[in-house]
Amino acid sequence: MDIATMFDDVKRMNKRQFLYQVLSFGMIVSSALMIWKGLMVVTGSESPIVVVLSGSMEPAFHRGDLLFLTNYPEEPVRVGEIVVFKVEGRDIPIVHRVLKLHEKNNGTVKFLTKGDNNSVDDRGLYAPGQLWLTKKDVVGRARGFLPYVGMVTILMNEYPKFKYAVLACLGFYVLIHRE
Amino acid sequence: MHTVLQRGNSILAYALSVLACLTFLCFASTVFLDYRTQAKMNTVKVVVKNVPDYSASREKNDLGFLTFDLQTDLTSLFNWNVKQLFLYLTAEYETPNNELNQVVLWDKIILRGENAVLDFKNMNTKYYFWDDGNGLKGNKNITLTLSWNIIPNAGLLPNIFSHGQHSFKFPMEYTTSRV
Repeated sequence: MDIATMFDDVKRMNKRQFLYQVLSFGMIVSSALMIWKGLMVVTGSESPIVVVLSGSMEPAFHRGDLLFLTNYPEEPVRVGEIVVFKVEGRDIPIVHRVLKLHEKNNGTVKFLTKGDNNSVDDRGLYAPGQLWLTKKDVVGRARGFLPYVGMVTILMNEYPKFKYAVLACLGFYVLIHRE
Repeated sequence: MHTVLQRGNSILAYALSVLACLTFLCFASTVFLDYRTQAKMNTVKVVVKNVPDYSASREKNDLGFLTFDLQTDLTSLFNWNVKQLFLYLTAEYETPNNELNQVVLWDKIILRGENAVLDFKNMNTKYYFWDDGNGLKGNKNITLTLSWNIIPNAGLLPNIFSHGQHSFKFPMEYTTSRV
């Protein structure tokens, strides 16, 4: 199929059919959004799926691995769990393991994390003056693991041109292609 | 006729769906397995000091020192969907300040294929045993437990406690000599 025949498809469409194509494109985008928001509700986490971006948890997690998170408030944080947390002044959430934890009678918890592949704990990564993490810093806790799948996201973020090319091709294909 | 692009597309799509199916079968075949096993541990030397914690508040906190024995055979835990075990030895105790304290004293990564029969004698801890305050001196019930976090090729990330734990107490007096 060369480009001329591809455009033939469009030529043969009438206005009604073209609108139908645009609508089905919109359906794809909105159902993706619905799945994401639905996962947020089910898991209780503001970001239920994260891509590992650093090698600080090697050899467990490498760059480009996918983690599934939950963040149920009734489930307590415990030592040895892998938490994803945000630090003030850093855009990217960090995936590290809980090393120490102190819980008071009234339920307030403070804990310290460390990456498996790092030789020191995370106090140097926290905001200046911050010694402990608390529940409000946590985005979620790692529950499931899928290797390599996040590599696509990393490629797209590192090469924005590649991202726009992929998006343009997909959009073009959906609009042009006739069922 | 089918173009090269169409052939490539269907090969890629088919390969990806077979891969996804196999990954799911690999996950499903191991998801209900019991990953608990026996571990024996014991403390050899236990002392406590009261020194300023320069890594945190700079106030004088209790710092415990201990050496431990550990015997366990984790060979049976490995299967085709266990990439790595993350072992960690936790000290859990209660203080007047905190209802629950958990401090990881030692950890170890065992990849599949590595020796998983452990027999340590008089091991030093890997991390400092800092209390959040002065709750270690004379503390009568510190529980040591060995746990492991299973890192699969793809699947869940469970944290498992071993059968068998060890309780010990800290001495009533601070040690002033070098440890």
